[in-house]
Amino acid sequence: MATARNRASFERGFVYLVLLLSAAFFLMPLIAMIFTSLKSMPEITGAAGFENNTILTPPKEPSVAAWGAAWSSACIAVACEGLRSYFWNSVLMVVFAVAISVMLGAVNGYVLSKWRFRGDNIVFGMLLFGCFIPFQIVLIPMARLLGILDIAGTIPGLVFVHVCYGIPFTTLFFRNFYVTIPDELVKAARIDGAGFWSIFFLILLPISTPIFVVAIIWQFTGVWNDFLFGASFAGADARPLMVALNNLVNTSTGTKTYNIDMAGAMIAALPTMLVYIVGGRYFVRGLTSGAVKG
Amino acid sequence: MRKLRGLAPQLTLLPSLILVAVTVYGFIAVTMVLSLTKSRMLPRFDRWEGFDNYARVWNHPRWEVAMENFAIFGILYIGGTLFIGLLLAIFLDQKIRAEGALRTIYLYPMALSFIVTGVAWQWIMTPDLGLERAFQIWGWDSFEFDWITQSEMAIYCVVIAGVWQASGFVMALFLAALRGINPEILAAAKMDGASGPSMYWHVIVPALRPAFLTAIVVQGHLAIKSYDLVVALTGGGPGFSTELPSTFMYEFTFSRNEMAVGASSAVMMLVLVMILIVPYLYSELRDGDR
Repeated sequence: MATARNRASFERGFVYLVLLLSAAFFLMPLIAMIFTSLKSMPEITGAAGFENNTILTPPKEPSVAAWGAAWSSACIAVACEGLRSYFWNSVLMVVFAVAISVMLGAVNGYVLSKWRFRGDNIVFGMLLFGCFIPFQIVLIPMARLLGILDIAGTIPGLVFVHVCYGIPFTTLFFRNFYVTIPDELVKAARIDGAGFWSIFFLILLPISTPIFVVAIIWQFTGVWNDFLFGASFAGADARPLMVALNNLVNTSTGTKTYNIDMAGAMIAALPTMLVYIVGGRYFVRGLTSGAVKG
Repeated sequence: MRKLRGLAPQLTLLPSLILVAVTVYGFIAVTMVLSLTKSRMLPRFDRWEGFDNYARVWNHPRWEVAMENFAIFGILYIGGTLFIGLLLAIFLDQKIRAEGALRTIYLYPMALSFIVTGVAWQWIMTPDLGLERAFQIWGWDSFEFDWITQSEMAIYCVVIAGVWQASGFVMALFLAALRGINPEILAAAKMDGASGPSMYWHVIVPALRPAFLTAIVVQGHLAIKSYDLVVALTGGGPGFSTELPSTFMYEFTFSRNEMAVGASSAVMMLVLVMILIVPYLYSELRDGDR
């Protein structure tokens, strides 16, 4: 009896040990980033006075100088104005791209779930396929189309691209959500004389808040974190933050300033981290509902 | 007018359908056609090359490296995230204290961009300053970790960073699936004498089949599309030792002015995704037709 209990508590200890070691593994890069961003370069390189510094030692003389430099004075290509303007580029791009793609997705989901027509499942399937394509397959023609529309290299151009490839996801979210709302609700309203739009605005929209949160978080994270489209289509003035961050870290000449690099990475990571911490539940729902049936 | 009103639903769908028809299906067709032309710096449709561009892709030493890396990365990335994700999900499902906090910690990397992940791991893996130095200072004098500077090992750095980023997602998938298993099945298995590990091995893991399928499809297509992580972590280097199909496509299309070759490699990437996705979408939609 005693050995059985010992064995059970040993197993329990093992489970906790694995879980805690995993937590350390997942947290380690974040800790290294934060600590490094608060150190001076001599401390990072272990110069005299800092011989025992490692990436995981807390800063001896914490300073936000690197954060200030990353924000407003670090050199990216030829301009030494930090990430600030690129940050606002990303904000502008995200606001419009998310608003437009989520609104379109809501209406699409409504039609595909409550106004079924012949072939609607095929339409839905063809939209879904858009979630999975490797975007390399559309880069060349898209560059051309943006040129024809005269929005090449601009923020509206990037918004357009993100709306096109966001629609499949937002439609999926709303369609799968509205499918779970009983059709009787819509039928009753139709008998009462409600039309297409009034049913949407008066009956479905008021109960759609959770799925709006899911779709907005999903799109916000996706567009904010995008690199490929930004790198391919943005001109110098419209570059989003992720492209600028990569340029800051990987194309700078001279000695690498790890503290500024890490502060820049933290600045780029903070908005989505914040969203994750505040709306974690909805974030997870988006992740899994994009993938799991029903 | 009444007829028009009857069409309102389809009409509202129309703008999105046109956008997707053009920018997904139309563009796929254009890229396919381009891959058969002699386009170099600009697209041109008046001089044809046929399938020679595909031969050029497959015979190119960089594509060979890209495919080899894709195989290594794909297998280890999918395998690694599935293993860690399943393990964490099962362990978290043992009535763990602070489960919520642990879940949050495992999953937060999914909120980061691959660029941030790449930048962070590049720093951590920097020899002399990163983890290598840390372990040496902590007393393991002979510790060496300089994979990122080694042509043969750098791709494994990409694997580590990728697994770090995405394991939490697989954990969330499996945890949701574990909690969705019909309790009656578990009760019946218990009656038959199953317990502990044998319960997991024979009853619970088989019941997670749909979650496995989803995880493999999602991670597999992410592995094929993977681009940002390599750019930020290794820049495709040292040399072109961490080349992937995506970096090959970008290099040939935008840096080398070999647009037709780039288009051919993009078509190859699409084919890889289709092999993975089409059967999955087909079965999903067929089952979903309730």
